[in-house]
Formats: sequence, C-alpha cells, structure tokens
Amino acid sequence: MTFLPKPKLHHPGLAANTLGFTRRDYEGTISTLCAGCGHDSISAAIVHACFELDLPPHRIAKLSGIGCSSKTPTYFLGNSHGFNSVHGRMPSVLTGANLANRELIYLGVSGDGDSASIGLGQFAHAMRRGVNMVYIVENNGVYGLTKGQFSATSDKGAKSKRGVVNNDEAIDLVSMAMQLGAGFVARSFSGDKGQLVPLIQAALTHQGAAFIDCISPCVAFNNHVGSTKSFDYVREHNEAVNYLDFITEREEITVDYAPGSVEVVKQHDGSLLRLRKIAGDYDVHDRAAAISFLQHRRASGEIVTGLLYVDQEPDDLHGYMNTVSTPFNELVEADLCPGSAALDKLNAALR
Amino acid sequence: MLQALNAANSLQRVNDFVVKFANVNGSGSASANQLFAKSVLRMGIPVAPRNIFPSNIQGLPTWYEMRISEAGYLGAREGTDLMVAMNPQTWDQDIASIVPGGYLFYDSTKPRPASQFRDDIVVIGMPLTELCNKEYSDPRQRQLFKNIIYVGALAALLQIDIAELETLIGEQFKGKDKLIAPNIHALHMGRDYALAHLKCPIGLTLRRSDAVGDRISIEGNAAAALGAVYGGATVAAWYPITPSSSLAEAFQKYCARYRVDKVTGENRFAIVQAEDELASIGMVIGAAWNGARAFTATSGPGISLMQEFFGLAYFAEIPAVIFDVQRAGPSTGMPTRTQQCDLLACAYASHGDTKHVMLLPEDPHECFTFGALAFDLADRLQTPIFVMLDLDIGMNERLTRPFTWDDTRQMDRGKVMTAADLEAGREFGRYLDVDGDGITYRTYPGTHPTRGSFFTRGTSKDRHARYTERAEAYEENMQRLLRKFATAATLVPAPEVRAAREPTRLGAIYYGSTSAAMHEADDRLAEQGVHLDLMRVRAFPFSEEVRAFIEAHDKVFVVEQNRDAQLRTLIVNELEINPAKLQRVLHYDGSPITAGMIVEMIEEHASSTVVPIRRSAP
Repeated sequence: MTFLPKPKLHHPGLAANTLGFTRRDYEGTISTLCAGCGHDSISAAIVHACFELDLPPHRIAKLSGIGCSSKTPTYFLGNSHGFNSVHGRMPSVLTGANLANRELIYLGVSGDGDSASIGLGQFAHAMRRGVNMVYIVENNGVYGLTKGQFSATSDKGAKSKRGVVNNDEAIDLVSMAMQLGAGFVARSFSGDKGQLVPLIQAALTHQGAAFIDCISPCVAFNNHVGSTKSFDYVREHNEAVNYLDFITEREEITVDYAPGSVEVVKQHDGSLLRLRKIAGDYDVHDRAAAISFLQHRRASGEIVTGLLYVDQEPDDLHGYMNTVSTPFNELVEADLCPGSAALDKLNAALR
Repeated sequence: MLQALNAANSLQRVNDFVVKFANVNGSGSASANQLFAKSVLRMGIPVAPRNIFPSNIQGLPTWYEMRISEAGYLGAREGTDLMVAMNPQTWDQDIASIVPGGYLFYDSTKPRPASQFRDDIVVIGMPLTELCNKEYSDPRQRQLFKNIIYVGALAALLQIDIAELETLIGEQFKGKDKLIAPNIHALHMGRDYALAHLKCPIGLTLRRSDAVGDRISIEGNAAAALGAVYGGATVAAWYPITPSSSLAEAFQKYCARYRVDKVTGENRFAIVQAEDELASIGMVIGAAWNGARAFTATSGPGISLMQEFFGLAYFAEIPAVIFDVQRAGPSTGMPTRTQQCDLLACAYASHGDTKHVMLLPEDPHECFTFGALAFDLADRLQTPIFVMLDLDIGMNERLTRPFTWDDTRQMDRGKVMTAADLEAGREFGRYLDVDGDGITYRTYPGTHPTRGSFFTRGTSKDRHARYTERAEAYEENMQRLLRKFATAATLVPAPEVRAAREPTRLGAIYYGSTSAAMHEADDRLAEQGVHLDLMRVRAFPFSEEVRAFIEAHDKVFVVEQNRDAQLRTLIVNELEINPAKLQRVLHYDGSPITAGMIVEMIEEHASSTVVPIRRSAP
C-alpha cells in the first residue's frame, strides 16, 4: 500500500487512441491495495479495455459497494463519475442510475462478500431485470478489509490462513447469473490479462446485463496452501472453454482458422466477438447446457473460465419498460408536467 | 319489523350524523358503500368516509363509516347514529356502538331474539336475503345485489335523491352498459320495499345543500402520486406495503394517462417494483444521483429497512423523495390502522448524526402540493425529503380543495453545474460552500470529458470529494450540513396559525391528519369558553415562528397520534423549549383522532387549577 500522490508527468510519446486520450486519461489515483493484489490487475484491465475501445471516459459511470473490490473505482477512470455506495447495494443504485440516463455506460464493481453474502438479493434481481451494465465481481473468497473471514464464494473444504476449514457450500455466481437471465456471462482470472481484457471489452459493448466473475487472489489472506482461490490453485485448475478476440467494427478479420474451431458473434453495436473454441462441444448460446457443464466441472474441482454464455438477441430494462430514448435527466417541464388544463379536467371528474 | 321508539327520544337530525356499514370483506360491499357516500356528496352535503379494514382479503369484518356534516367537520366522530349491520360476526359490538336514540338497520330474514337488541334504539328490519333469494338464482348475484338493495332502502329511509344514485350507477358502469339496468333494478327493489313496508323517512334525513362547493373527493395517496407526476418524477421504485401501495399504483395510473408519448407510445417514466425496500431506496438514490427525479412510497417497516441508505443520501448529499404513509407500529403493529408514529424514525433516520427534512400534509390537497414541492426541495437541498402521510388521509377519500397548478412554474433543479459552466472555468468543488448557505454544487455524471467528475461516497471527504479522515475536514463538513439544515428551515412550508376569537394564553400545535378533528374540537372548546390559538406545523425543520408561538403562550397543547409525543420531542430537542410548557394530547389506538377526544383531554388540563397542598391534621 502506498499513500504517495500519483505523478502527473506523462511520457511525451505515449500512444493516444482515436479520441486523443492516452492510457493515463483512463487511470485513477494510485491504488492503496496490497502490493500484488489481484484487484489491481483487474483495474489495469479495465483501463486497457476502455482505452482500446475509445470510450470517452466521462461517459462511463462506475459504481461499487463496500470492501477492497469496491475501493478500486478510485484507481481507474479518474474522469468518470464514481459512486461508492453501501455494502451489497451497488446493484440497486446502478439500476436507478441506469434508468435516469440510458446513454451512459455503467460499470459495477463488487466483491464476493458484497455480491454473494450481504448483497446476494440485489445481485440476483439486477440480473433478472436485465439492467444494461457490466457487473464485475472481484472474487477472492475472503473479506480482505476485515482481515480474512470467509465469504460465501469460499469453497467447501477450503482452508483459511489460520487453518479454519469452511463447512458451508459455496455460492456460484456464474451459475446464478445464467439461471437468472443475464445476457452475457463470463469467468476469468486476474492473472490472465490476455483473457480478461477482451472479455471486459465484449461486456462493455453488450446490450443488457453482462456479468464477469473474476477470480482475484487475495495476497494477504487467501493465497496459501489449502486455499482454492490462490494464484497457484487457480492456475492449476483453470479450464478455459474458449478464448475471445474482441474486434471493433472498423477492424477486419484477417487470420484464417480451421473450420469449426471459431465462432463469430455479432453484437448490437456492430462489434464482433471471435471465439476460439477450446472445449469443442461447448455452446455459448445454450444456457441450460452451459449451467450443466459448469456444475459437472465444478464437482470435479475445475474452475471453468472464458465466455460462458451470450444471448444473441439481447434486450435490457429500458427495452422491457419501453422508455423514451431521451435520458430522463434531460426531460423538461413540457415533457413531464401535464399542466393546469389536465388538472381542471381531473378536478371535474373527482366531484 | 319496526320496533318504534318514542319519537321524542329518537335522534332527529338533518345533514349531520354518522352512518356505519358493518360488512364482511370480500363481499362486494365497498362499491355499494361508496355509491351511497358519493350520492350524499352530489346532494351538496360534505361527507368523510372511512374504511376500517383488517389486513386480510376475504372473510373478516370490515366497516365503512361515514361522517355526514353540513358544517364540514371531516374528522372521525365517536358513536354511530345509523348502523347498517350486515355482518353477524360483529353484531354485538355493532349494536353497542349505536348512540342512544340511534337507528339499527339489519337483515331480518333470520329472526333474532329480543335479547340481541337494545330498547333505546330504533330497530329497522328488512328481509334482504329473502328478497334476494326470491329475485336471483346465482349466489354471486344474490350477494352483490343485496348491497345495492340496502342502498335503495336507505335512499328511502334517509331521503337520498334517487336520481343522483341512478346517475352514479350510470357513471360507474360506463362502458359496461349491460350492468346498468340490473343495478338500477336492484336499487328500486330496495327503495320500493322500504317505502311500502318501513316508516320512511326516519329521524335522520338528508336535504340538498351547497356546502360542498367546488371541493373534490380523492384519497391522499392518489393525490400524492399526482403531485409526483406534476413535480416531474420519472423514476419510482417501491415495494408493496399497506398503506402505501396505492400511492405507487396511482402513479402508474397517472403516468399511463399523462406520460406516454402520443406519437411513439414510449414512456417518460420508469416504475420498478423492487425486491425489497432497500433496493427501492437504492434505485431512488442512484436515479437522483444521475439527475432524474425519483421517489419511493413506503410505510414504517420500509422506513426501518431503508435506514442505511438514508444516511448515505444525507452524507453524500443526494436528493430523494420518500412518501411515508404511516401505520400503527412498532414492528408489524397494526398494518391497517392509522398513526403518526414515524416522525422520530424519519427525522433522525440512520446511524451517526443526521437530520432530515419532513413535510406534513393535512389533506389530499396538500398531499398533491407537497408531493410536487418535495422534488424541488430535494434537488435544492440535495438531501432526502420525507412526505409524511398516514393511513387516514392516504387511504380514505377525503373532501379537499381542488388542485391548482401554475403553468409558468419551473422545476427548481438546484445547484447543478453544466458543461458550459465548467468550460467557462467556474471552480467546481463538490462539497465547497461557495454561497454560504451550506448547499454546494453538483454535476451530473457524463457532463464534461475532463472537468467536474467526482467520487460520491459515504465515507468522510474534503471539499473536493476526496477521501479524508482529517478531523478539521470532517468537522467542517458536519458543520456545513447543519448550515444546510438551517437553510432548509427557510425553504419548507411555514406553519399556519388560526387565532382564537378571544385573546388567550393557551395554544395548540398539531399537524397532518389531525387537522379536521382539531378544528372541530377548537369550535367546541370555544363554545365552552376555552379559547386556543392554533398552529399547524407543516414541516421539519421548524421555522422560528414555532418558537415565537410557544413563547407567546403560557401553555401549549401538542396534539398528535402516537404514544410518545414525537412532535413534542422534536420541538423540545430542536428548539430547546422548556418541556413543562408543552402539554401532551395523545391518541394512538389505531383509530383516527376525534374532536371529542381532543376536547376531553384539553378541557381536563385547561381547567386544572393549582390545588394547594393540604396539611394533614396535626
């Protein structure tokens, strides 16, 4: 952890994206998390993804709950509005924000305690509603900020740093998100930037609820032998079903792949998801089969990663609610207030 | 069967009595009873109907009580002058509630022993079930038309204009015209029977009047929802709870009428029935943070659940509007009974040092105006605004002044810096008090690519929204919040004063739904020579006028509908008034407060003189 201010000096040759922003413009203040924390890698991946996507930083709203993960929005996208809300309640705050202005991109950052323990209800209902957002859980299986208690995603039988064994069944947020109708579901590992960055880019451009469960080892309290969320354990048991290349509309596909080994998914905004299949029979569009696959692999101790489900015809809460295209926060009196004439008519009907 | 009481002893009243219908819930009586109430209103006579109902859908007792008062007293009154006893389950208590000389109307199909009646009331029996069974074969029809038949009989007994009833039936079944004729038939069946077999009219009669004027009749919840529409609310998030659900449902109804784009059919509103009250208030806060006007409607248990978020909205300074339709607590309490019991829970909601703004509407008219105003105040003050209704005004149709709206009125969006402001180089500090009123500037997310972004948090922060635990920064911020609260006291609706007819050293403070009973009590007390200056408090924080009023009187009665004298506590705490000056007048059994109760309690204290200590015999 450091408390030094971040230097403002930029290298003059720093590359800029098409908007003229450098990667620095997507960074935040310096992280105060422990050195080597998986969460910092996720923050870096978010910065990388947004820079490459040419997203105007101020058009992203980043929201979080409470905990180590929820502190991270300070460490990326410094030109975006951020909201560090209350424990486990980021999903409702994000839902409300999304209703108020459908034009911004909503990035919810949460942890396993925040989403699977205290906030499980809100997590579930935000998925059900199809709120247009990217919801990332930085999943380390412990409460870091209160020094290492188990969270609800801790695997049964996992050992804490002090040697206590967890007897409670783990909550699998990925399976839940799929069952609850999320349009985009992925799992990744903070130690695999190559896999994580394109997944974040695909999620950011997905229309509807996009969920990424990102295993992110806690170097202080959950990186020991006996933990199932340590760097070593995750590397050993990581089973990627596919690898994703995110391709914007402008880019062309140039490399040829053997037939059947690649699937291209076209997204709402024109971007393409090129899936290089590893598990040949895994179908990212078959929700029920995906849930079953995950459950079987989980039973044998494997951590399945990659793009696990994507809805080819996604919609979102605004679509379901048939709201106007103008953001609510731009509507004026003439749009909202029926005026005195309507009131006179109403009065007459109430006599 | 008509058991005539000596005419001299039976009640003789015109346009001034209480009729109570005892029914079983789920029996379809509600619409017949409303028809009756509305016909009285159409005759120009003020009526205050009240539903007294259980937390249940079918089978339990329910009452519909109507205070008919040419003088315009709309508060509840003790005792029943005419009991329409249609529920055998509650027979004994219904009979007992009739005032001496009052009337009982009942279904005499099944004979009852004389011991079940009283000899100081007029008993009017009509074989309703028998009439229905003869006329209708379908059991559902027998039940529904029985209700209309008794309304027809009452029309004859009380001299209700039958034409008004016929018109109302026509209005009620507009679009379902097939139902009009059978209902009118049933109405006449009842009326004809009464005219032929019963002594009509009885001593209680209705005579056409013009005492209603241009007033309208609406439930407070619907009026508040309409206020939210006019106030520009676009996001509503709620969780069903009695007695506030009908507020959210009315918002849905009015939005469907006024907020759907005529060309595209798209909605200029979003209503989410959330998974619980925590999510409801979270959505409201998220939407308001992002610049939309948002509200939730709830009741006591919901207020308890929302506490943590209230503290966040207070400390991070985010607008929110909360309609609290109060019901009897604590805990689940009496969900379908009224109280003013959430004042303290709202005024100081959440952990840490907090204070919140409350508006206290007295009737549906104010539910509408305060409902709209709440959104301006929330944006102006960047804090939660609690609009405190209760079940009595929220869920009962109440005669109220018609709604008005000034078409030149603009929404007050408060201190919001735009991209142009930022571009022009105006200094932006989210918690920087540049105007000295404690209210700082905010920006909506997405305003400017490089300026004006900030991090909203529930943790302590400096003027530029940066996290800090520095003592001076924390204290400065907490002091500024107090300054903002003082500003709030100048912006909320001022109290209303009603001076006594004669100079007096006695005052009374009251608020919300107590108004109707208080005004009636005041008239009665004045007749008895007890004169009171009245002050109706309409908001918290209190303005200086409240202190001045109390200082100008020797004794001030604080009349409210809770056990712990919550408004009095707020007055003592916030204005540092000597508690000995403030006499509690409390009613909290779940029924609406009545003038009779207020008169009794005030009389007791107003007349009490100091009794010298008597020495015991040596």
